[in-house]
Amino acid sequence: MKPAPFEYVSPESEEEVLDLLHQHGDDARLLAGGQSLVPMLNLRIVQPEVIIDLGRCPSLAFISAENGTLVCGAMTRQMTAERSPAVRENCPLLAKALPYLGGTAHRNRGTVGGTLAHADRLAELPAVALALDAEFIARKSGSERMIAAADFFLTDLTTALEEGEMLHSIRLPRADGNHHTAFVEVGNRRHGFAIVGLAAALEIAADGTVAGARLAAMGVGAAPVRLHEAEQILVDGPAGDDTLRAAGEAAAQAIDPDDDIHASAVYRRRLTSTLVRRAVQEILGNEAGS
Amino acid sequence: MSFSKVEVRLTVNGTEYVRSVEPRYLLADFLRHELGLTGTHIGCEQGVCGACTVLLDGRTARSCLHFAVQVSGSEVTTIEGVSADESLKPIQDAFHHNHALQCGYCTPGFVMTTVEFLKDNPAPDEAAIRRGLTNNVCRCTGYVNIIKAVAEAADNMPGGEG
Repeated sequence: MKPAPFEYVSPESEEEVLDLLHQHGDDARLLAGGQSLVPMLNLRIVQPEVIIDLGRCPSLAFISAENGTLVCGAMTRQMTAERSPAVRENCPLLAKALPYLGGTAHRNRGTVGGTLAHADRLAELPAVALALDAEFIARKSGSERMIAAADFFLTDLTTALEEGEMLHSIRLPRADGNHHTAFVEVGNRRHGFAIVGLAAALEIAADGTVAGARLAAMGVGAAPVRLHEAEQILVDGPAGDDTLRAAGEAAAQAIDPDDDIHASAVYRRRLTSTLVRRAVQEILGNEAGS
Repeated sequence: MSFSKVEVRLTVNGTEYVRSVEPRYLLADFLRHELGLTGTHIGCEQGVCGACTVLLDGRTARSCLHFAVQVSGSEVTTIEGVSADESLKPIQDAFHHNHALQCGYCTPGFVMTTVEFLKDNPAPDEAAIRRGLTNNVCRCTGYVNIIKAVAEAADNMPGGEG
């Protein structure tokens, strides 16, 4: 199908973008890389009156690092972030997750801010943002606010961004201590929609035990989910297979996944348990256990 | 509200074109209907099948997921532009030798994807080829011959790369 007609504007500054958003409100949609929005336009799932194209607003595409905090402009292309030494150095978990987002052609065009603001329940970066306590910088005409990752993702395709508000950038603070991360997922293909995915960040103590754990799963609910019970078990338990198994089991019990044509809820629970063990094993480099 | 036409200026396979189209006009339709370059095929029109893949400023992109107006000013290479450059010919030859197409509908997208893939991965193993092609769909061949073709093309690229 072809999209319904719309009015097209391509502002070249943030001020113009925010003025247009203020003027058109919910009648307008922001177009970033278009890899999620254009399919919805083609299928006429959405039919906005106005498309505000951010592609000609260069100030929204940037990557910077300040004292170990990575700041990523919303219009940064996913492939640009994936290949950025600053991302690899300051936020390895983001670098590990990015190749899973879609095919090369999608990542060439899709943006970091676009996938986060779209908030598909099967998107990888919301789980990464949640695991890392990312901060979302939202701007509207004349004001700016910070939204914590835990408050940003409300439900499938819905964020805390208000009418007239635009995601400007995300800040990914570097964790203190000896941190290691992993991103794992299972799906029908390597790049593209997964069934369940897991972002893991562990703080490893000098004696090799887990001193802190942050686990966020995707594909198990309408928004990414922190797995607090599993995290606590990893920190409390003695290193070993029993603790890993218990953490996986706690993760499976803590979630409330749906059945759909891709997988049953039971399978999603089992997968979550497996992915918790797989991610922790990857980080600890422990081949034992299964 | 009026949905007046907008001017789009694109350099396609080295030639500059200027046309007036509606903002909702997809790049894929622009190439096919405005320029007559029907080698770019449209399959799913939602970015999944890969048949409409072109190079946009040198990198692969789904032409069904871009509005022509959005990429005005860019350089586009379509399947028609690939054989003009002899250094890229080994890919098409390898698809031919290995019977890597049956109906041919998906082939332009596979070739454009392979152009970029071999630039990024001049000496890929089979697993890398499978990953590189994972988002292009073929309903005829079962992929085995396509994978063989990409491996042969990698061997035959001048200097080992495109």
